[in-house]
Amino acid sequence: MPETASSQALDTFPRLLLNHARVRGDKPAMREKDLGIWQCWTWQNVAEEVCALACGLSEMGFKRGENVAIVGDNRPRMYMMMSAVQCLGGVPLPLYQDAVANEMLFVLVDAEVRFLFVEDQEQVDKVLELQEQLPQLGHVFYDDPHGMRHYTQPFIHDVRELMEMGRTHNRNHPDLLPREVAAGSADDVSVMLYTSGTTGKPKGVCLTHKAFISAARGGTEFDHLTADEDILSYLPMAWVGDHLFSFAQAMISGFTINCPESAETVMNDLREIGPTYYFAPPRVFENLLTQVMIRMEDASAIKQKMFHYFMTVARRSGAEILDGKPVSFADRVLYGLGSFFVFGPLKNVLGLSRVRVAYTAGAAIGPDLFRFYRSIGINLKQLYGQTETCAYVCLQPDGEIKFDSVGKPAPGVEVKIADNGEILVKGPMLLKEYYKRPDATAEVINADGYFMTGDAGMFDDEGHLKIIDRAKDVGKLANGAMFAPNFIENKLKFFPFVKEAVVFGDRREMVCAFINIDIGAVGNWAERRGIAYSGYTDLAAKEEVYGLIQESIEQVNSELVGEGPLADSQIHRFLILHKELDPDDDELTRTRKVRRGFVAEKYGVLIDALYAGKDRQFIETAVKFEDGRQGKVAADLVIRDLRTFGVAGRAAS
Amino acid sequence: MSRQIGEVVLDLKKVSLSFGGVKALTDISFDVREHEIRAIIGPNGAGKSSMLNVINGVYRPQEGEIILRGQHFAKMNPYKAAQAGISRTFQNIALFKGMNVIDNLMTGRNLKIRSNLIQQAFWWGPARREELEHRAKVEEVIDFLEIQHIRKTPVGRLPYGLQKRVDLGRALAMEPSILLLDEPMAGMNVEEKQDMCRFILDVNDQFGTTIVLIEHDMAVVMDISDRVVVLDYGKKIGDGDPDAVRANPDVISAYLGASH
Repeated sequence: MPETASSQALDTFPRLLLNHARVRGDKPAMREKDLGIWQCWTWQNVAEEVCALACGLSEMGFKRGENVAIVGDNRPRMYMMMSAVQCLGGVPLPLYQDAVANEMLFVLVDAEVRFLFVEDQEQVDKVLELQEQLPQLGHVFYDDPHGMRHYTQPFIHDVRELMEMGRTHNRNHPDLLPREVAAGSADDVSVMLYTSGTTGKPKGVCLTHKAFISAARGGTEFDHLTADEDILSYLPMAWVGDHLFSFAQAMISGFTINCPESAETVMNDLREIGPTYYFAPPRVFENLLTQVMIRMEDASAIKQKMFHYFMTVARRSGAEILDGKPVSFADRVLYGLGSFFVFGPLKNVLGLSRVRVAYTAGAAIGPDLFRFYRSIGINLKQLYGQTETCAYVCLQPDGEIKFDSVGKPAPGVEVKIADNGEILVKGPMLLKEYYKRPDATAEVINADGYFMTGDAGMFDDEGHLKIIDRAKDVGKLANGAMFAPNFIENKLKFFPFVKEAVVFGDRREMVCAFINIDIGAVGNWAERRGIAYSGYTDLAAKEEVYGLIQESIEQVNSELVGEGPLADSQIHRFLILHKELDPDDDELTRTRKVRRGFVAEKYGVLIDALYAGKDRQFIETAVKFEDGRQGKVAADLVIRDLRTFGVAGRAAS
Repeated sequence: MSRQIGEVVLDLKKVSLSFGGVKALTDISFDVREHEIRAIIGPNGAGKSSMLNVINGVYRPQEGEIILRGQHFAKMNPYKAAQAGISRTFQNIALFKGMNVIDNLMTGRNLKIRSNLIQQAFWWGPARREELEHRAKVEEVIDFLEIQHIRKTPVGRLPYGLQKRVDLGRALAMEPSILLLDEPMAGMNVEEKQDMCRFILDVNDQFGTTIVLIEHDMAVVMDISDRVVVLDYGKKIGDGDPDAVRANPDVISAYLGASH
């Protein structure tokens, strides 16, 4: 098998895998913590298990070009199954593991999935729930046998059986896998990722081996990644970011991916692994920082003093030192002391001691948050990309970090701005098509072969791209001034107390906002002040909490004054929602982006009340609990007016 | 269900227990069969916890006898009970609050440790091998109860529901053949109760453990137990499968109330 692999170009993922098994067969490829101990798979082990899975699938009647759904947490065997499917010329289709059964239904039907590989009983139950609506369903394989003893359905199998079958098959037909791998082409679709779709039904984005390999190779070269990196894979496998960082880049550079023991132990596992390369959406960095700050408030006075003193030093010079810019000798000495006493231990607690490069993407990151991590010496950078571009459009080069931009176009990528401000992208990493949706494909790729991102942005003088908002979200106030809701919402969300914000204002005379408070941060704040509360709804309705949020929004208003055309977008009225916006209630996408239209419709009464000048509004909302039950939450919400600030030369309102 | 309810493993005959003039249990007889889930219910002060305490030898009954797998005991004592494979959880969680979850679960393995104090102190040779074996067993319990994330958290810092789960884990670490649960779901919210039910059923199903449980939540009792014995003022007033007990007029008037 290795001989055939070496004779071909390394232009598909299976060929890359077999090559790693040959050149670094005894090096760790994957680790997973099981029963408290990190278990390791070498590249050789991975190749062997992938071979067993692939041969097993083939024996079960798998055909080239078929889609295989993969649902579960990040686990080595899940990644191996992706490889196995790719080996046979099939298309792995990872799904969000926390999706409820009905959300999975559309994708499973759309992609005509016959084979499903799921993690555990929970996912098997979802499939069984949908069984009658999935006439094409062939076989379901599960990885974790816990609780599966009484499932007697003939189409449900333990993946170990499949692998056993595959091993036997491989002994009898050792030529099958090399032949299948050789038949693959770089232009075959390597993976299909469904976009969560802020509007309409999700679409399957077909990405070829060539696209993902070029994106991953560009990224690894850009940051000089080696085979010695360690990465923690804990983000949903269905997200393009995880596929790029945990799968594609590992396949290119041959580094080790580490899977956490469970979703709750990620923080611990992070500390134990100490990744050298780290990728997380801003939300994760935000949570880390919030935890640090909460714990600092409980620390002794001396520790607090030290922390705050050295953090001022870090804010002054940390980011500059990281960028290699000139810094005074005194500050260098102080920063050195700070590293010893504060930043070093802090990074260690966060599990980020060994990080060489960290990336964040998926949403805007607050400048304070970004600066915090950079100033304590973590090389945190931003990137920009979509599922359709393998999450590879712009990267921030080392030493050229700007807090408000997403960096320069990545190697091999061409970026230009259309007349309406929309960002257009061209390069080898573009999607092949939307699955069975030529109409949608034609809509996003223009005549010149550019992908239309739907984001509005602009280049600054040094060629860094700055994202303003979704092009379609950018609207106008009744007086004609520009209205960029995401821009304002992001400003609001930078406050630790605000978890989610939705602002309205398009074609209206003023801007109003819905707020979701962060139960952790606000809860802690309330405890400190002796404010008793029973739960989210109760806490959200507290007079004091309203005051707290009001202060935050008024600060945003004062900042908006200086934002030129956005000065008219100051928020006039707001309310705090009685429930958290939740993907289970379709209010957020699975990647936790607000579905603006849906929210506006669902809470229409509240919007009317905001604009009608009422000071209270009763609302009752249906909610879905995690176990699928339905319930109702009702509240009488308070609406508050806010102070706005006059722009110089104009009267204050 | 694959589990088969088997022979009687534990038989209590005419057990009476009194504290001075207070009669806690009067002439109680009932049996527990292999692999079944047997519930003991009754109003406050009915003698439920006393009953469990008699079974594992914390209390010595003045009259009656306990037959455990054919062996007659006039008095049980906790050590003998534990050796015979009976383990239990407590109504008011009995864990070492300052120790972490692993250490607490390791105490459940105590009876099975063969190496002596000195060997353990030096963590040498067989003692070391043995401890690793026990530690592996504890990890299996942790995996089973899905408490990986709190492995190293001191038990005192955990929320109540999780402490209860750790308490169950400590009992499970003994690999008991009979598990006594004293109000495993008291003070829990609905979600925690559901989890706990799931775990109890899984223990029973996967390891074939016989379970005797005391519980106040009638819905839970009726759902998960195979047979129910009802106590009131230290006397047995009902015994049978959940439906029979629910229909028993004495039980209705004493405990369930007329509306049921």
